[in-house]
Amino acid sequence: MASIEELLSSNDTTGLLRFSTAGSVDDGKSTLIGRLLYDCKSVYEDQLDSVKNSRVNRSGRAIDFSLLTDGLKAEREQGITIDVAYRYFSTPRRKYIIADTPGHEQYTRNMATGASTASLAIILIDARKGLLPQSRRHAYISALLGIPHLVAAVNKMDLVDFSEEVFRAIEAEFSSFCARLGRPATLSIPISALDGDNVVNRSARTPWHSGPPLLEYLETVPITSVHNYTHFRMPVQHVVRPDLDFRGFAGTVASGVVKPGDRVMALPSGRTSRVKEVVTHDGNLAEAFPPMAVCVTLEHEIDISRGDMLVDPARMPHVSRRFNASIVWMSAAPLEVNRGYLLKHTSHQTAAQITRIRHRVNVDDLSGQPAGHLELNEIGAVTIETTRPLYFDPYAANRATGGFILIDPVTNATLAAGMIEEQQAGPARRPAAEIARVETGRVTAAERITRSRHQAVTVWLTARANVAWILERRLFDRGCLVQALTDNVQTHLLPEAARVLNGAGIIAICSEASQEAEDRADAIMLLGGQLIEFGPDGLPPGDAAAVEHILAELERRGVFLPDDFSSGEGI
Amino acid sequence: MGFSLSHLKALEAESIHIIREVAAEFAKPVMLYSIGKDSSVMVRLAQKAFYPGPIPFPLLHIDTTYKFGEMIEFRDSFARSIGADLIVHTNRKAIEDGASPFRLGTQKCCAQLKTRALLDALEAGGYDAAFGGARRDEEKSRAKERIYSFRDRFGQWDPKNQRPELWNLYNARVDKGESIRVFPLSNWTELDVWHYIWAEGIPIVPLYFAKERPMVVRGASLIPLEHGIPLLPNESPQMVMCRMRSLGCTYCTGAIRSEADTLPKIIEELISFRRSERENRVIDHDQEGSMEVKKREGYF
Repeated sequence: MASIEELLSSNDTTGLLRFSTAGSVDDGKSTLIGRLLYDCKSVYEDQLDSVKNSRVNRSGRAIDFSLLTDGLKAEREQGITIDVAYRYFSTPRRKYIIADTPGHEQYTRNMATGASTASLAIILIDARKGLLPQSRRHAYISALLGIPHLVAAVNKMDLVDFSEEVFRAIEAEFSSFCARLGRPATLSIPISALDGDNVVNRSARTPWHSGPPLLEYLETVPITSVHNYTHFRMPVQHVVRPDLDFRGFAGTVASGVVKPGDRVMALPSGRTSRVKEVVTHDGNLAEAFPPMAVCVTLEHEIDISRGDMLVDPARMPHVSRRFNASIVWMSAAPLEVNRGYLLKHTSHQTAAQITRIRHRVNVDDLSGQPAGHLELNEIGAVTIETTRPLYFDPYAANRATGGFILIDPVTNATLAAGMIEEQQAGPARRPAAEIARVETGRVTAAERITRSRHQAVTVWLTARANVAWILERRLFDRGCLVQALTDNVQTHLLPEAARVLNGAGIIAICSEASQEAEDRADAIMLLGGQLIEFGPDGLPPGDAAAVEHILAELERRGVFLPDDFSSGEGI
Repeated sequence: MGFSLSHLKALEAESIHIIREVAAEFAKPVMLYSIGKDSSVMVRLAQKAFYPGPIPFPLLHIDTTYKFGEMIEFRDSFARSIGADLIVHTNRKAIEDGASPFRLGTQKCCAQLKTRALLDALEAGGYDAAFGGARRDEEKSRAKERIYSFRDRFGQWDPKNQRPELWNLYNARVDKGESIRVFPLSNWTELDVWHYIWAEGIPIVPLYFAKERPMVVRGASLIPLEHGIPLLPNESPQMVMCRMRSLGCTYCTGAIRSEADTLPKIIEELISFRRSERENRVIDHDQEGSMEVKKREGYF
């Protein structure tokens, strides 16, 4: 037998699986959990004694396992689960956190709470009743919250004589419903929580079931699938500045991997730098990935504070004040369109309003219905506008940067959970042609050029904010009228702003956060020949080299007037 | 993919995230420090959260004056060694009025010297967030508690009307006079705490390790011989090889008979245990649904 030290060390590689359980009234969810805990030897004798000695026993067996989990007095009295209860147990392979969530429709918000951190959902189905509206609701919310693995535990098989036919019918209905939710690969397991069939041990009473018992499945299902390891994002929680020599940005890696030397961009400033060190109390790391909590230092002094986000500039998040989302409404006061709410997303909080309810979801048949408001526990597809921009990814691609909550600024209540959708609303664009028709003053472009000794052009860069700032300084120092603009907020404003600057004889340097075809089209249309574009591959990698390259190109194009150029000749 | 974290590292990361959020979003947080093993872990996590900077909030110890002498010694040297800002608060008024577990009974004593003292200290300090080391696996009503547990102006908890808590997005909004209790160790189990103490080499009070100690043996309980506990007729103190499984006030924390004098032995013992950690906490059992009632009133 392994010594305890060996056991502790080997435990270092034990993973953590978080799963939720949801079910309808009386389908035996609390009993199932009690049974899992009991069979995994995670129930202490004194806890068991207090259950055995309880005045209530609704099970008809020696031990009412459901009493192990219902914690609040009101719950024990009414025999229902009101709020999420968290339970813990472990097997030699894994540690488990169960979010045991209520079945009643009126507590759907508590179910969503439990589901939000889970990577697997067990949906309890009473074999006698089949798939109920509640079961569909649970499957729907679990899928909406992005839980990768959905499992139907078809319970009370003892009450249908372990009939394969009954089980197969439920299994088929469940998997077809999940397929409609975009979750084709699901698993159904026939169990009896009361007697323990297929919970921990394979049951002799279901010889026709070839799949694993529940616990075996929990021990082997892949855990890591809720994280995104490709797109680096780290919302900054806290700036660590113990002395003048150290400035680090503390946060949890929300997605992607970060290593010293990686190029990162800070949002919303758009400034880029390289990672100097990934600092932790246990020593510097060679790399960090989700959900590690680290402190990142950068090569350059750039202004970053809480609520900002460090991202991979080659794989930028969306940056917008307007987006589409699905929301679960969690407050007794209904959702009101255009009312002021607070929105918390990553480490960032901003004022927000719901500008439109696109539809309300009928959970039974997944249809969308027109709606003027959303009531408690209702789910809707909405469009949201925020005061400050959000840096986000669709929830389906990145849970950590796609989820948000809405808060009532008056009562402070948490009103809704939101999941940002793939299809975005896009900013409201004004037709570029219309802007171009605005009439300007009577001082001519030639007069302006004569005075400033340079043409008014727009230098267009993609994701090179640092280059923009350096170039601005270089041009300014040589006497040019110049203004750098980087706009991660609404890049569609850049062409418009550049045009105004050029009209005033000023060189505009624009760095848009990511290459947007529409912005480019606007820029070409608005700026015409004044536009000098350097695409993502059009510049050498180092900032200084890029600036030299651009200056040479401006020279070549004759942007700077020769010293002997005399006034009055025009260009 | 090669990206996986051990369960302890995953728990650690979650706790650090919580501690950083609170430090950033509240005007005046404080960390309740009870000197026990969970507090020791929580303080270590706070050190990690702000490394290489210092912990940006004070530690608060509610001293009932009925703690073990060894706990107080440990507290003072520990706080000094990590350079923490330690505040100690005692309900002096109640002590002067003679509050003691022997006179008032455990329930009333606890209400005065712990709950009242805590609420007073939080109010006096103007703290809007207080970290506690409670874990959900300790007790049934704790299993229901949110990580950010909202308290009204009277410091009370409403278990039926808790804010939904999604992902790691915590709602930190409170009005003046309201506060939250924050439980960064919510998802840790007793075994995780010991495992972490072992893995990290975190110092803990020697009372956790088995040693021969003078005890009053009363029925199945071992009551430490401190603070002038009144002896019943025919009782006399004995030397017993024992240790504390959890630490509180001397009278309310029974010892357990144990030979476990090292961390691995403690953990081995824990794995073989069939009885829960708070079983020997008198206060958890002084009435039905006891902890839920205390928590509603403002207890941690």
